[in-house]
Amino acid sequence: MLLGAMFGFKVAVGTGNPWLGLLVAMLAGGMLSLLHAVVTINFQADQVVSGLATNFVGIGLSLVLGEGLSKAGTTALLPNWTVPGLSAIPILGPILFTNQSILVYFGYLLTPAVAFYINRTRPGMHLRAVGEYPSAADALGINVYRLRYLYVFIGGLLAGLAGATISLAISPGWFSELTTAGQGWIAIGIVIFAQWNPWRALAGAYMFGALRRLILDLQGPTMLLWFENPFRAQSPGFFLQMLPYALTIIILVIGSRSAMKKRVGAPAALGLPYVRGERGR
Amino acid sequence: MATNDTLAKGFRPTYSLRLERRLTTPKWLPVATSVGAVVVALIVGALLIYLGGGHPLAAYQHILEAAFGSVGVFNDTLVKATPLILVGLACALAFRMRLWNIGAEGQFFMGAWGASAVVLLPLLPATTPKPLMLLAMALAGFLCGALWGFIPGYLKAKLNVNEVVTTLMMNYIATSWVLFWVFGAWSEGGFQMSRMFPRTAWMPRLLDYAKSIPAFGGLTLHGGILLGLIAATIVWFIVSRSKWGYEIRLIGDNPRAAHYAGINIVRNTVLVMMLSGGLAGLAGMSEISGVVHRLQGAISPGYGFTGIIVAWLAKLNPFAVVLVSVLFGGLILAGREIQPSGIPRMLQGIILFCVIASDVLLRYRVRLVRS
Amino acid sequence: MPQIVNAVEMRGIVKRFPGVLANDHVDFDLCQGEVHALLGENGAGKSTLMNVLAGLYKPEEGAISVEGKRVSFNSPRDAIAAGLGMVHQHFMLVPSQTVTENIILGLEAPRFVLNMAELDKKILALQEQYGLRVDPKAKIWQLSVGEQQRVEILKMLYRGARVLILDEPTAVLTPQEIKEFIATLKGMVASGHSIVFISHKLDEVLAIANRVTVLRHGRATASGVSTAGTTKRKLAELMVGRDVIFFLEKPPATPGPVVLDLQDLKAENDRGLQALKGVSLQVRAGEILGIAGVAGNGQSELAQVITGMRKALSGHVRVNGEDVVNRSPRVAINRQVAHVPEDRNGVGSAPSLSLAENLIMKSYRKAPVGSRLALNRSVIRKQAEELKTAFDIAAPNIDVQARLLSGGNLQKAILAREMSAEPKIIVAVQPTRGLDVGAIEAVQRVLLDERARGTAILLFSEELEEVMALSDRIAVIYEGQIMGEVKPEETTLEQIGLMMAGQRLENIRGETDGHE
Repeated sequence: MLLGAMFGFKVAVGTGNPWLGLLVAMLAGGMLSLLHAVVTINFQADQVVSGLATNFVGIGLSLVLGEGLSKAGTTALLPNWTVPGLSAIPILGPILFTNQSILVYFGYLLTPAVAFYINRTRPGMHLRAVGEYPSAADALGINVYRLRYLYVFIGGLLAGLAGATISLAISPGWFSELTTAGQGWIAIGIVIFAQWNPWRALAGAYMFGALRRLILDLQGPTMLLWFENPFRAQSPGFFLQMLPYALTIIILVIGSRSAMKKRVGAPAALGLPYVRGERGR
Repeated sequence: MATNDTLAKGFRPTYSLRLERRLTTPKWLPVATSVGAVVVALIVGALLIYLGGGHPLAAYQHILEAAFGSVGVFNDTLVKATPLILVGLACALAFRMRLWNIGAEGQFFMGAWGASAVVLLPLLPATTPKPLMLLAMALAGFLCGALWGFIPGYLKAKLNVNEVVTTLMMNYIATSWVLFWVFGAWSEGGFQMSRMFPRTAWMPRLLDYAKSIPAFGGLTLHGGILLGLIAATIVWFIVSRSKWGYEIRLIGDNPRAAHYAGINIVRNTVLVMMLSGGLAGLAGMSEISGVVHRLQGAISPGYGFTGIIVAWLAKLNPFAVVLVSVLFGGLILAGREIQPSGIPRMLQGIILFCVIASDVLLRYRVRLVRS
Repeated sequence: MPQIVNAVEMRGIVKRFPGVLANDHVDFDLCQGEVHALLGENGAGKSTLMNVLAGLYKPEEGAISVEGKRVSFNSPRDAIAAGLGMVHQHFMLVPSQTVTENIILGLEAPRFVLNMAELDKKILALQEQYGLRVDPKAKIWQLSVGEQQRVEILKMLYRGARVLILDEPTAVLTPQEIKEFIATLKGMVASGHSIVFISHKLDEVLAIANRVTVLRHGRATASGVSTAGTTKRKLAELMVGRDVIFFLEKPPATPGPVVLDLQDLKAENDRGLQALKGVSLQVRAGEILGIAGVAGNGQSELAQVITGMRKALSGHVRVNGEDVVNRSPRVAINRQVAHVPEDRNGVGSAPSLSLAENLIMKSYRKAPVGSRLALNRSVIRKQAEELKTAFDIAAPNIDVQARLLSGGNLQKAILAREMSAEPKIIVAVQPTRGLDVGAIEAVQRVLLDERARGTAILLFSEELEEVMALSDRIAVIYEGQIMGEVKPEETTLEQIGLMMAGQRLENIRGETDGHE
């Protein structure tokens, strides 16, 4: 994600074309994820540790290549757009369809598309099977290794896209690690909270979006109701900054509790390497 | 595994790599793979530096000189290694039980905060005798770190909440918490740091004894390294020799078998996370009492994260943690002067990748087979 | 000249695993429209041979032809395309998906969007054709084991498999279900299918198969012998390599007082469904109470509740009069309740710890193994060496990782550990499953020795013959309830089979009494 943010911005600054930036950002995310894929799928390394290593490399690489980029100023950003027709809908129209970044609309479309793909299509069914019980899929001739590579790569593409969303649209620019500020990890929290359901993940993501907005708004005004706004001062402002992270922990607790009760949740083979014909594991 | 039909059409026999499960692992192999992984990582790093337009050999030579070139810089390397030892031990202990404590960084900050609170709140007056003051600071640091380990540990044990995410989130909360105090109540004249600690809160350093032993002049190595060595011995005893360590290893290897053996997994999870957090907290205390002598936002160049790599590279062996920490202390020290600044971070990531990838060699024999 | 083309022909198959030669130049052929049994002990290489045929493993040497054509399978997909379908012993079904989803998994069609309603209909039609009924919309985890087996077979038929390979298909069925199953197989043969039937049960092989191939230690000791011209005894000898004692010598029981008293136990399984619906049993010192039943009827849960590993909703577990229900595994250990768990690898051992470390799992807390803080390493080593010799555990040394032990030796190690605590009660769950004859005998002997020593033993087993041979009394469990309790010398397989299928003893007796 960070790598995506960096590459997206760098390429956009370099070429003046934000679309090219977006593309390169996704590819960068995808390439980095392939590293993770090689180590976990071929070398059967622990996926948590490998994920951490991926993070270190991603952060390091973006710091190295993003050197000096924070002074680059601004560049051509992705366009905002108002949907004709839909924006005329009362209440919802101005909120959802007016002057939003093109990527916001992409987000609208992606969720139902992913939900449909996973639950209602053949490759989606294969995806679920490989996640739940890879040997069953393998016995029916589904190439477990190839699918795992593919989806790790797609995951990397999307994470790269997410990074570029920040650096090219939401809060343009490059501010080293602070650009993403742990949002990739928050996303993991959201997925667990959502119990791997794209719609619930969408709800979770918008909840966090709202929270960020609220934090910014709270730091603005001098008066809050009848009191002097304590959050305008720099020091208490740090309490507000803790909120998204604290909330992540809270939703994780909620998500884990209901997962325990309903006994649903993570795909059964999450985190497990697959080795065909392994004996005595 | 990788048979290629198009190649097979030719007359030349094709070769493919095949993995075979090892029945036994020789004792020298883990050491060899760790060293090999570092070497490979250095080569990959060199390649990347070269591609980035740098001079890899010059960079490495620079790292070597800047870290181990003289008594003076070696002293600095050991100073950097001190927090790494404690944090590395914290991670090694938790990883033994397959608890992914990624929160050492936050526990480090909380430890530093707790130690500072003794001086700055103040809990003890500045005139407190040095041993008592240091003991109180160490205790406070340990406890605050342990608290930061307790929360994710409890959530994991009782509610099965993923500890990777919670410990990470706790990192961000800890840094914000420290900043809140540094920018607010403890700010010295509006600067983003606290006032200097009184001398009674300073860990003894080698240079303090320069009057009697002149060779120690200018050497900033402080008592924290002793803390680290003692901690390494204790952790080694716990893991390898004690009943509790047996329980930890059993849970780490197969939690269901541990349950079957009548081991209380909930209690052990919480305890191990607390001890792990406490060790990282102690690192924070040692750093501000031995080096920084005040609380400020920038007290760690990512010690907590480097500790993860240290633990992994040391194959979770406490004494190996000490050695690897010295190596990484040098890397961090040298890294401060290397431009661009992201290189050490990236190098650490690559080393970790190589280490975990090389683990496959411990479990499998790689063979070249003709097909 | 007309010639019968073999459906499958395997010649000189060699397959190695690290440290094991699983198939050593094995020949096997299958005629059109026959049932060919592949007989052998656990670990003889039957499943390996068939996994080679199903494309899951690639053989090092040997040739395979299907319907006269040479084939070389790179993946199961190739085998399926050639008309071979394998039903594995451990079902290859995705638990969270529906029957229909599992059946169409991996197929080219439909290409992208799934029209579930239409697919369900197709599956129903197929079910009608073969008389294999199961709700297409049900999720796999909701089905009984027998139903899951039907899904597996339907899966292969849907793919147009002409050759079905069934790996130990009857292991999960009651005697009555087995009869039904045999009828289904006959029907499939009649409609032109050929069947490979993997088994280690002699009676079944003789009842179902036209021909039989016997494997021992990876080699074929008999290839394609007609079942009409052979006997159970001869097959057993081919399978084991020596005369087989079918019955163990068992001295008469001398039952003492009730040591283990279970009262109205109720408990849930991992999915939150009620697995025990009021189980009451008593076990006396010096007797073996066998629990018969088809897998998944609450046996695992019952064993776990007794040993403190699972919480009961209600009821009592009294050990020598003391109620220990819902305490903890540690309390059970302290009361000298030994537990030979069903899952040797997943529960009974720690794979990466050494044999010696695995042997102290229950004894490390107390002297002489453990002192106040530390472990006494010399005592651990000495005890481990002694147990290794006493229980004949074949391992290079006591420092070898547990995962490298064979199933039989791992089970011996677990028994060694549990018996060294001088138990008052033993809860043994499927203690001989998956072992070869030598190990089975060793395990059974240990249990009988303990019985002679005055230990109360609760033996869970799916092998009816084993339950009949070892038990002093037999209780049959079905859907978390005890259907009845009988003495082995006063009952028949028929009667136990009916109870395993859910009929209460009183009803069965009532019926037979009515006829008389």
